[in-house]
Amino acid sequence: MIGEGTKSTNQRRHSYVQEHVEVGFFTDPTVCIGCKACEVACKEWNHVPDDGFVWSGNSYDNTGHLGASTWRHVMFVEQDRQKGNQIVGSHSLGNGDGEDPFRWIFLSDVCKHCEDAGCLEACPTGAIVRTEVGSVLVQNDVCNGCGYCVVSCPFGVIDRRPKPLPDAGGAFKCTFCYDRQKSGLVPACAKVCPTESIVFGRLDDLRARATHRVQELHEHGYDDAQLYDPRETSVGGIHAFFLILGEPEAYGLPPKPQVPTIYLKSAWTAAFATAIAAIIATLLAFAFFS
Amino acid sequence: MPGLGTSFGRGGATTAQQDLANADCILIEGSSMAEAHPVGFRWVMKAKERGATIIHVDPRFSRTSALADIWVPLRAGTDIAFLGGLVRHLIENNLFFREYVVPYTNASCILSDEYRDPEGNGDGYFSGWNEEKRAYEGDSWLYKGGDLSRPERDLTLQHPQCVFQKLKRHFSRYTPEMVEKICGIPPELFHKVADALVAASGPKKTAAVCYAVGWTQHSKGVQIIRAAAILQLLLGNIGRPGGGILALRGHASIQGSTDIPTLYDILPGYLTMPHKGDQTLQQYLDTYTKKTGLWSGYPKYMVSTLKAYYGKRATAKNDFGYSWLPKLTGNHSFFEFLYDMLDGKMEGMFLMGQNPAVGAPNSRLQRKALSKLKWLVVRDMVEIESANFWRESPEIDRGELKAEDIETEVFFFPAAGHAEKEGAFTNTQRLLQWREKAVDPPGDCRSEAWFMHQLALRLIAKAKASDDSIDEPLRALDWWYPEDELGDPKTEAVLTEINGWYTDPVAGVGDSSGNESVVFGIDREGNPHHGKQVNGFAELKADGSTASGCWIYSGVLGRDGVNKANSRKSKDYLGHGWGFAWPGDRRIIYNRASARPDGSPWSERKKLVWWDWDSDKWTGIDVPGFVKGKPPDFEPEVGAEGLDAIPGDAPFTLHEDGLGWLFVPKGLQDGPLPTHFEPLESPVSNELYSHNTNPPEHWIGTRHRAMQSFHLC
Repeated sequence: MIGEGTKSTNQRRHSYVQEHVEVGFFTDPTVCIGCKACEVACKEWNHVPDDGFVWSGNSYDNTGHLGASTWRHVMFVEQDRQKGNQIVGSHSLGNGDGEDPFRWIFLSDVCKHCEDAGCLEACPTGAIVRTEVGSVLVQNDVCNGCGYCVVSCPFGVIDRRPKPLPDAGGAFKCTFCYDRQKSGLVPACAKVCPTESIVFGRLDDLRARATHRVQELHEHGYDDAQLYDPRETSVGGIHAFFLILGEPEAYGLPPKPQVPTIYLKSAWTAAFATAIAAIIATLLAFAFFS
Repeated sequence: MPGLGTSFGRGGATTAQQDLANADCILIEGSSMAEAHPVGFRWVMKAKERGATIIHVDPRFSRTSALADIWVPLRAGTDIAFLGGLVRHLIENNLFFREYVVPYTNASCILSDEYRDPEGNGDGYFSGWNEEKRAYEGDSWLYKGGDLSRPERDLTLQHPQCVFQKLKRHFSRYTPEMVEKICGIPPELFHKVADALVAASGPKKTAAVCYAVGWTQHSKGVQIIRAAAILQLLLGNIGRPGGGILALRGHASIQGSTDIPTLYDILPGYLTMPHKGDQTLQQYLDTYTKKTGLWSGYPKYMVSTLKAYYGKRATAKNDFGYSWLPKLTGNHSFFEFLYDMLDGKMEGMFLMGQNPAVGAPNSRLQRKALSKLKWLVVRDMVEIESANFWRESPEIDRGELKAEDIETEVFFFPAAGHAEKEGAFTNTQRLLQWREKAVDPPGDCRSEAWFMHQLALRLIAKAKASDDSIDEPLRALDWWYPEDELGDPKTEAVLTEINGWYTDPVAGVGDSSGNESVVFGIDREGNPHHGKQVNGFAELKADGSTASGCWIYSGVLGRDGVNKANSRKSKDYLGHGWGFAWPGDRRIIYNRASARPDGSPWSERKKLVWWDWDSDKWTGIDVPGFVKGKPPDFEPEVGAEGLDAIPGDAPFTLHEDGLGWLFVPKGLQDGPLPTHFEPLESPVSNELYSHNTNPPEHWIGTRHRAMQSFHLC
């Protein structure tokens, strides 16, 4: 809860790494104020280089998307819809003067740290590993920059860092501040979030808390509040899950994310069948012409 | 500052940011709090999580609006009309918190028969207007009989000359329809706000108001804040948990910079800077000392300040060195001295923590004024525009100014960054927080304290070598501060002086040895300098036996020798144990109002400070802002003075009558009640009064002057 001070799971020290406890992030846009402190803290702690100061003109979002040098991204979603019972503009007063409803939602996006992670499964060098707390970590000194992980991420999170940035060529993404966690500290983004929109903690606690929050919001008129926590698909659940208002597509989140490896069987079968057909065709050709 | 000061007594936020979490409704106006105060905004979100209604009134839809329950767009500069509309709504529909308003505010006070409001002929003038001087004068706004201490009251609020009736009449034309006309707020929306505020008023509920520079930077900012003060008093929200008015200050230590002022017309702790007419100390004290209330202690605060400045050279015989203080001869505020600079009346300037060449209005004028100086000292971390205006500025590029013609000699001093110096900040909620130095500044960079200290030492040495009487004030200064190895004064020694001490030196006292209750007891020559610290401003005396550099901060480093600004163990939700909030570590001021007149809490949910009949004293979660042993049914004797004249049910102890001022009988120059006028630059005509803008002279004067200057340059 907001304002618990040092008792908050976002502030107190822990030993989840030592105790092998599954941890996660729960991100709640209904209290996010779009301050981007998470983006800044992430860059500062992890020494993530700047990747250009570009003015996008897209709402307040100049970050654009997650990538090799952006491990937290605050989305600014503008929609012609009502947010709960919020009164903004004449539409929500029921004036009927034809003005569309509108709402502005902020949501801090991050690597989902999938249970069955596409990047990890695709990595040929073993650079990507799973940690004691269930997060997915890229070991940059092992990564050879092949880029297989990039196309294997169902969320478009991981990317290779372009030149001339430091360590260019390697693949990068959120580390879940594994270095901090080993020392009992919480990830930098959660630590600085002023309204505890990002909550860090035990995955099971967070899920209970998130369910409660959705109920609470439903009672307060946020009819379209739901959790984005795909556990039924092949990613098998994620460690960074979100509360969203409306549909996941509006946040660039795939409604049914799949690990690419589930297509391996059909892909290989098709390839095998094609190969056989080609060989037969070749043999037939020889037989025909001779 | 005068807005809050005249309404309640003190020019500071009445509450703490943490306490917003207890509000049932929060009205944010003149601020985009989520964007400018994101950390404090967590408490707004906490309140929202608990079910509070968040209202954001702002022309622009910002991130604050996105998080609010109700966004109310209004035309810029029409805040008084909107707030006045809410005041009218409360009065006309009898929705104000009568049980609070009658005993705790001056609603029942009878005004002088001479008082006239602008409703008479609708021109916008109150009584007392002098057309020739273009200023208000006289005493027609005072209570009947002229005595502020013991006003005649009508507790039924029916008397035609009582404040309540006058308030009702004054705001009678601020109808929802008028609000729509002036502000562009449709009546349905206006009523949503009014209903939310009314629902959060009463014994079990409270609402808070947050504002920032969106109000204070208006030419009529004081009166906007006054309108909010009236609203909060009528709703019964001052001095209670989850209530109050939170002035969100612009940046670090803005509150501190008026408490220990960088302003020309006040001394530390909101004492008045003497004017040229205030020839002797007695004259000065007679002018500014109030007969009743906390300001009756004015001589104690003033003499203790003089003792802090001049040490043992300040004696009763020489008026405690009062004659050494400079006296004001006119208006020397920022723009006024800019004009003086431009006219060549100012020779030199020290510029610290400011960059007028790009950061002040009409920067072209600023740079031209700087070029008229003979010398300019700039202290900053980089060479800012105000330091290199003579070679790099649009005026140089355009050929308006030529570097070779500018005779200003610029001295640039490299400054230390915030992590390279120690000292206290005073934040938005009057909270002093100490910060320690992380690293020494690089190279020749030094702190502001170092610069002022070293400059003072050199100036004093020069003054001592001269016998010119004009140097006497410098020679008289008691510059005793011990130094650290970099030559910085020990800032905790300065804080000790700010807190105050008994002036009688105690022998054999070391920095931390000897008599432990006296910290930094040795001066630069190794002699005992002062006695034990005082525990608060209640101990200060007017006879020269105490000294205090800023009376309102007294208690920050008391007898126990602990620097409370540096304490970091928060014990309760209000943050006691973390830093030190002036006055007396009170987090919610005027908190006597959190109890009913009989001393019991308004409700279990909103209890904060109450009278304990067993121990016969005020007690509670916060430090009681009231004489500890004064019972709620205390009735002062006729002719009583000081705090003894304040009844047991009067929470606003800085006012002579102990009441919250819906109507300000004294202390404002542009009207006792807020009145809607169009902003100076408004293209729209005033719907309410025949005068478009606020009449008093300094407005017209400033505008005229500004126009003139634009013309000249």
